[in-house]
Amino acid sequence: MFKRLGDTGATLTVTIDGKPIRARIGDTVASAMLAAGIDHCRTTPVTGAARAPYCLMGVCFECLVTVDGVGSRQGCLVPVAEGMKVETQLGKREAGR
Amino acid sequence: MNASELASSYDLVVIGGGPAGLAAAATAARAGVATVLFDENPGVGGQIYRGITANPVRNRAILGEEYWAGSALAAEAKASGASIVNGATVWSLDRTLTVGVSIAGQARMLTAKRVIIATGSLERPFPIPGWTLPGVMTAGGAQTLLKAQGLVPTGRTVMAGNGPLLWLLAAQILRAGGRIEAILDTSSRLNWLRAAMFLPDFLLSPYFKKGLALLREVKAKVDVIPVGNVAAVGTDKLKEVVADGHHIPADLLLLHQGVVPNVNLAIAAGVAHRWNDRQLCFAPVLDADFQSSVPGIAVAGDGAGIAGGTAAAERGRIAAIAAVRALKPDAKIADPQTARQRLQREEMGRAFLDELYRPVAALRQPEGDTIACRCEEVTAGQIRETARMGCEGPNQMKAFLRCGMGPCQGRMCGLTVTELIAEERGTTPDEVGYYRLRPPVKPITLGELASLPISEAERKAVER
Repeated sequence: MFKRLGDTGATLTVTIDGKPIRARIGDTVASAMLAAGIDHCRTTPVTGAARAPYCLMGVCFECLVTVDGVGSRQGCLVPVAEGMKVETQLGKREAGR
Repeated sequence: MNASELASSYDLVVIGGGPAGLAAAATAARAGVATVLFDENPGVGGQIYRGITANPVRNRAILGEEYWAGSALAAEAKASGASIVNGATVWSLDRTLTVGVSIAGQARMLTAKRVIIATGSLERPFPIPGWTLPGVMTAGGAQTLLKAQGLVPTGRTVMAGNGPLLWLLAAQILRAGGRIEAILDTSSRLNWLRAAMFLPDFLLSPYFKKGLALLREVKAKVDVIPVGNVAAVGTDKLKEVVADGHHIPADLLLLHQGVVPNVNLAIAAGVAHRWNDRQLCFAPVLDADFQSSVPGIAVAGDGAGIAGGTAAAERGRIAAIAAVRALKPDAKIADPQTARQRLQREEMGRAFLDELYRPVAALRQPEGDTIACRCEEVTAGQIRETARMGCEGPNQMKAFLRCGMGPCQGRMCGLTVTELIAEERGTTPDEVGYYRLRPPVKPITLGELASLPISEAERKAVER
């Protein structure tokens, strides 16, 4: 859905669900996921529908992910760091299955 | 700066690092007022000047000179002596001017003599069928990715809605080498009739020439289709956009129908708000110095009502001058008259834009299975039915349907729910009111709460 504009600057590696992806210094978790072509970051607690980052400015809470073990972080507000472990989240009903 | 380096009190706490917050902090700090600015993003600039201090976009023409004007504001704030703290989330503010803030997982409560809320705006809800599908995003979201991370949409991109930001983003995407399949323009032709009376002011405003040039630039390259409705279609992700019988295959749909004040912190602090029928949103009740109904709390920038980035900075200066005069009557400070004149000039064309881009009722008040509350997946049909059964307001609606009770705390559905109830009950949004909001206005962990410093005596004290 998105491509980098020209010179992308220094990169680092984070893992998404254990899979390493290259991110750029200055990325947030949400932007790194979108740039890597990951099409959703969580499912909903009510129907289990897939959701992806929507507002990218900290108000919609669609980009919730687990970052280094802490759940429900807003991916669009967390800057990436080398070695960061990001996990997509399941809605509560699915997680209990 | 980490939480332990914060003072326990400040003369002035500014919340939000966009144009209003930066101008306010700079103005106050230069006058010798102990000022701290908290901003939850990784860098200052707010949304309009997003990424201004560390921008990956090398070609300045892509974002335009308007954007780069933000670097002067950021530099002014940095040089002013104000403490500027990024990655700082303010989750609480009350009538005693106690501010709860979290930085890197550490929370602190501190007190202020004055507070300027500069939390800006967010995009108006755009509740259409399928707007929760991956592949559907706000135009502002795509613009943030471009400004802060240098990411440009690729694949088949469709834009829908109306408003200045939609056209600006379209131009920026094109300048960056991106492609837009179509722009679905949801403006009503009837808007022109209402807007026409404000045209003379608009012709004199700085927006006129810029706006016209942008429209020309975009329309030369993109198919613009006037439509009355829009739907996103797909199962797990967006497949196509359907509008008035047009079927457009798409990978990305960018939605926008204007911006509205981000009211969560101000309402939770007890600031009185009122429905603004021209801008179709709730806005705080403020005096000429942007002081609110809560003594010591001012609201500046687009949070005070939508007027744009340049106006936001002037509002920030006016609010800060009032704060300086109250805190340090002997301080040397500019007369606010200059800022007021500049503000007036900026606000001149606003009424025209508000009327021209007034979003149509069908796209604000959805029906049937269209989701109104994204978090709790509550449909417009459920809300309408519950209102018809006798539910009188958004707070009662929470008890029935849980709308507004998910993680976004009503930010994505509040206006929709208020307008739906008003429509069903034949009353006004002002009468219906908005969600009652309480701190924490952003989620914090128990660990963060537990990190609040507390003395032995306080720990053993009897709580009320």
